[in-house]
Amino acid sequence: MKHKTTEPLPRLRAHELSSVRGGRTLFEHVSFEVHAGELWQITGANGAGKSTLLRMLAGLMPSSSGRIEFNNQPIQYDRSVYHQQLLFIGHKPAVKAELTALENVYWQRRLSGDKTAQQDSSSDWDLLETIGLLGLEDEVTGRLSAGQQRRVALTRLWHSQAPLWILDEPFTALDVKGIAMLQQRFQTHLGQGGSIVMTSHQALSLASLNPKQRHLGETYANAMGAQS
Amino acid sequence: MSALQLWRSVLSKDLRLAARRRSDAINPLIFLLMVITLFPLGVGPGPDILSRIAPGIIWVAALLATLLGVDRIFKDDYADGSLEQLCLLPQPLAFTVSAKMVSHWLLSGLPLVILSPLLALLLNLPGSAYGALSLSLLFGTPALSALAATGASLTLPLQRGSALVSLILLPLFIPILIFATSAVESAGMGMAVHGQLAILAAISVLTVTLAPLAVAAGVRMSVN
Amino acid sequence: MWRWLHPYAKPEATYRLVDKLLPWFAGLTVVSLLVGMVWGLAFAPSDYQQGDSYRIIYIHVPAAIFSMGAYFGMAICGAIALIWQIKTAEWALPAIAPVGAAMTAIALFTGAIWGKPMWGTWWVWDARLTSELILLFLYVGVMALYAAFDDARTGAKAASILAIVGVVNLPIIHYSVEWWNTLHQGATITKLERPSIATSMLWPLLISLLGFMLLTATLVLMRYKNQLLKHELNRPWAQAELAQDSSAVVEEER
Repeated sequence: MKHKTTEPLPRLRAHELSSVRGGRTLFEHVSFEVHAGELWQITGANGAGKSTLLRMLAGLMPSSSGRIEFNNQPIQYDRSVYHQQLLFIGHKPAVKAELTALENVYWQRRLSGDKTAQQDSSSDWDLLETIGLLGLEDEVTGRLSAGQQRRVALTRLWHSQAPLWILDEPFTALDVKGIAMLQQRFQTHLGQGGSIVMTSHQALSLASLNPKQRHLGETYANAMGAQS
Repeated sequence: MSALQLWRSVLSKDLRLAARRRSDAINPLIFLLMVITLFPLGVGPGPDILSRIAPGIIWVAALLATLLGVDRIFKDDYADGSLEQLCLLPQPLAFTVSAKMVSHWLLSGLPLVILSPLLALLLNLPGSAYGALSLSLLFGTPALSALAATGASLTLPLQRGSALVSLILLPLFIPILIFATSAVESAGMGMAVHGQLAILAAISVLTVTLAPLAVAAGVRMSVN
Repeated sequence: MWRWLHPYAKPEATYRLVDKLLPWFAGLTVVSLLVGMVWGLAFAPSDYQQGDSYRIIYIHVPAAIFSMGAYFGMAICGAIALIWQIKTAEWALPAIAPVGAAMTAIALFTGAIWGKPMWGTWWVWDARLTSELILLFLYVGVMALYAAFDDARTGAKAASILAIVGVVNLPIIHYSVEWWNTLHQGATITKLERPSIATSMLWPLLISLLGFMLLTATLVLMRYKNQLLKHELNRPWAQAELAQDSSAVVEEER
C-alpha cells in the first residue's frame, strides 16, 4: 500500500486511453480518475468518441492503447469482479418489446443476479410506481412510447447494487419529470458513495450534481491542452 | 448468483420470449414439412424410390430448417442490447451463451425428433428405421444447434448475414449428415447402427463442449 | 512463444523480416519447381498401368497437400491473433486464404483432369476429391466472412474464429467423407492411393512438394507484405517504404 491515507484510491482510473479505428484516431491521451461520490460527464461533439470511451470503460471494447484500472487493478485482470461492481446502460435499452414493463423488470432483476426476484413481486410494483409507469404495467413494452421504454430500461438504476455506473445518454427521450426523477436518483447514489461516468448533451440537467468534466476534443490538439 | 442459476434464467427467459413469438419456432418446422412434400412431387411417389432416398431427404431438410432458425438465436438480443448486458455479467460468457444454444435446440432440434415418425411415414421409410431416425436426430441435432449458434455469433453485426451463415455452416454440417443418414440406411437394411449413433453422439458432445468458446469469442467480437 | 513473437507484433519489424525473406523464398521456389516439374513431367519413367497420365500427380498431390497446409497455417495465425491480440497475425489471414483456395482449386482441377482417363469421367465422388471440394467451401466461407465486414479488424477476428472452428472440423470431415466413400463405392476406385511408388518417381515428387510449399509461402508472403502496407498506410515507415520504390507503386496506381 503505497498510497497516502489523505488521498483515497480512485475507484476507476483511465490512463492514456486512445481509440484508433480504421486508421482514424478518435481520441488519444485520455486520462482521468473517478473517485467515490463523483459524477464524471464526458463531453464532446457528435462522433468525438464518447460512446466508444464508455464502452471501453465498461470492458466491452479493447482500447487501442492505455489502460483502465478498477480499484487499482486492470479491468481485464478479473472481469467477473469488475462486472459485479458495474452497471452499464448503453444506447440500446436491453428491454424486450414482447414483454410487459413488469416482466421486463422481473427479468432484469433475475439476470442481474437478484435472488429475491419474483414474478409480480410487490417490490417490482413499487419500482414501477417510482419511475411513473404504474397503470401501464400490463402493456407490452413495444407499445410504450420511447420515453416510457427508456424508463423501463432505467429501472436498473433502482435495483442495482453496483457502486459504479456507466451511462450513455440516460436522459434521452425523458420528459422534465423523468429527468428530475433521474437527477434525484443520481444524488442518492453519489451520496451513498457511488460513482457515475456518463455522457449527456443536457449540461443543465447535471449542473446541480456538480459534475467533473472530461472533454473529448478534435483529436490531439485539444486533448493535449486539456492534459496540462 | 451462481453461474448455473444465471444459466437457468437465460434459458427460461428465452423460452418465455419464444412463447410470445411462436411463429419463429414453428415456421422452420412448416418449412421442413413443405420441403419433404416437394420430393415425392419431384421424383414421383413410388414407394421404393422414396424409401431409398428418405434418410437423405429428411436430414437435408433438417439442416435447412436449422439454418432458417439461426437468426432467432442472437439477432433480437443483439438489436435491443440484451447481448451486451450478457457480456457484462460476472459469470463466464461461454457458459451463459450455452443456454442460448440449448434454447435453440429445444425449439428446433427437439421438435424434429418428435416429428420424425411423421416424416418417416410420409417418405415410406422401412419400419425398422423409425427408431434409428429419431435417435439420429436426437444425437445429431445438438451439434447442429451448437454450430448454428457459432455461425450466428460470427455474423451478428452484418445487415444481410443469413446467406453468409448458410455458406459458413453447411460444410461444417457434412459429417453429421453422413453419419446420420448412414445410421438410418443401415437400420432400414436391418444392420446394426450403434457405431454411427455413437459417432454422432461423440460429434455432438465435442461440438457442444467446444462451440460455446467460439460463440463467446464471436459475441464479444460482435458486441464490440 | 510470446517472447519470440513479440517483436513481430510491430508491423514495421514484420515487414522488414518478410522483405528480407521474400527473395530467398522466391528464388528457391523457381529452382525447386523447375527441377521438380521438368524431372517429373519429362524424365521420370512412365507408369506401367497409367502410362503418362499419372504424371499429373506432380502437380495434383503437392497442391492438395498444401491446400490443407495453408488452412492449418491460417488457423494458427487466427489463434495467435485471437489469443495475443496481435494485429500483424490478423492480417496474415486475408493473405493466406486466397492462396490456399487457389491451391484447392488446382487440386480439384488436376484431379478432374486425371479422372478423365482413369475413370472415363471428369467428376467422381471420390473421397479425396470430395474432401477437397468441401475444403474449398470452407475457404470460401472464411473469405466471404472476412469480406463481409466493413471494419477489417472485426472481419479478421470473425474469420479467425471460423478458421479455428474449421480446423477442428477438418479431420472429422476428412474421415467422415473417407468412411462415406468406402461405404458407398467399395474400395475399387482408390487408384489415387498407390501402395508404393518407385524411387525414380518419388524423388521428383518430393522436389515438387518442396516447390509447392515454397510457392505457397512465397505467394503468402507477397500478399502479406501488401496487407502490412495497406493497413499501415498512414504510418511514417510505410510512407518511407513506398517512397523508396515509388516509381513502381505510382505506376500501378495510375
